[in-house]
Amino acid sequence: MKADLHIHTVLSPCGDIEMTPVAIVKNALDKGLEIIGITDHNSTRQAPIIKKIAARYGLHVLCGAEITTKEEVHVLAFVDGLDKLEALQGFLDQNLVKVPNDPVFFGYQLVVDEDENVLYQEDDLLIGAISVGIDQVAKFVHSLGGVFIPAHIDKKANSLISQLGFVPSDIEADAFELSCICDVVSFFKSNPHLSGRNFISSSDAHFPGDIGKCCSNLDICDFSFASFVEALRHSAVDDFVKN
Amino acid sequence: MKLAEIAEKLDLTVFSGENNLDKEVTGGYASDLLSDVMGHAKEGQIWVTLQTHKNTMGVASLKDLSAVVLVKGFAPEADTLKLSEIEGIPVLGSDKEAFELCGELYKLLG
Repeated sequence: MKADLHIHTVLSPCGDIEMTPVAIVKNALDKGLEIIGITDHNSTRQAPIIKKIAARYGLHVLCGAEITTKEEVHVLAFVDGLDKLEALQGFLDQNLVKVPNDPVFFGYQLVVDEDENVLYQEDDLLIGAISVGIDQVAKFVHSLGGVFIPAHIDKKANSLISQLGFVPSDIEADAFELSCICDVVSFFKSNPHLSGRNFISSSDAHFPGDIGKCCSNLDICDFSFASFVEALRHSAVDDFVKN
Repeated sequence: MKLAEIAEKLDLTVFSGENNLDKEVTGGYASDLLSDVMGHAKEGQIWVTLQTHKNTMGVASLKDLSAVVLVKGFAPEADTLKLSEIEGIPVLGSDKEAFELCGELYKLLG
């Protein structure tokens, strides 16, 4: 199943104003995606609305967030079910370093319903960091039975490698994400110790046209959170798809 | 200047590596991006940062840095302390902010 697990919405200040729930579902279907991950910066609040719309079209949605750890490393976290998502949201609310958003400078942070109505604005700036270190974030996500994926680790900013120099050998990652522009061959030449680990490719889309630009073909027949977790254990660069 | 003298003059907390304070400090480097420190810090320098993750010890060891100084009252994580002892690289600390601490260090070492 083609999965793009890193998509921002209008809730992320840097997400395009066109990234509404309806538009995301439409573009994902147009690109032939079967699974999408909704990962706004440090918030899960738009994801359930998208999941509800997508269900009507047989598109599977993983609800989560792109968390900025204390070290300013971006990591993707997904959990199963609304109770766990609420717990993840509580963790983010409790630990986000609170600074008011300036929408003119950073962009609007909107939660939008299925009819494109703005339900509310998020007042606290979401692109800051939370006050919890990466290892503790991994532990918390796993305590919820969730999935923890360091994002775009090949990037020169806000990645595990840019912030912490190298990938700690004992990091409890279910997979690592590489960006669409990653030169996979040279990446593994610089990071030979990571061969044999699990990798996904995702778009980090902030604009509708970027959804599914790259993705991973996960080995899933019958979708469930458990089958997704199992498929990640086999995810590799051979499964990367470019559109 | 010896690490012990710097620690005393700047009133630094010694979190670990008490037996390695006789190291000679050749200069300083300040950065919170470990990839940047890997690329640019030089042997013998004292590293000023707010990062407390254990990878700091990996980077300090790789670059043969003399010590790490945590600013703003930050304390190292438990696994950072453990690695500090193994690698023989002291972790020190200050309540001062990086700007102020670097200024004082620069005066001492300059």
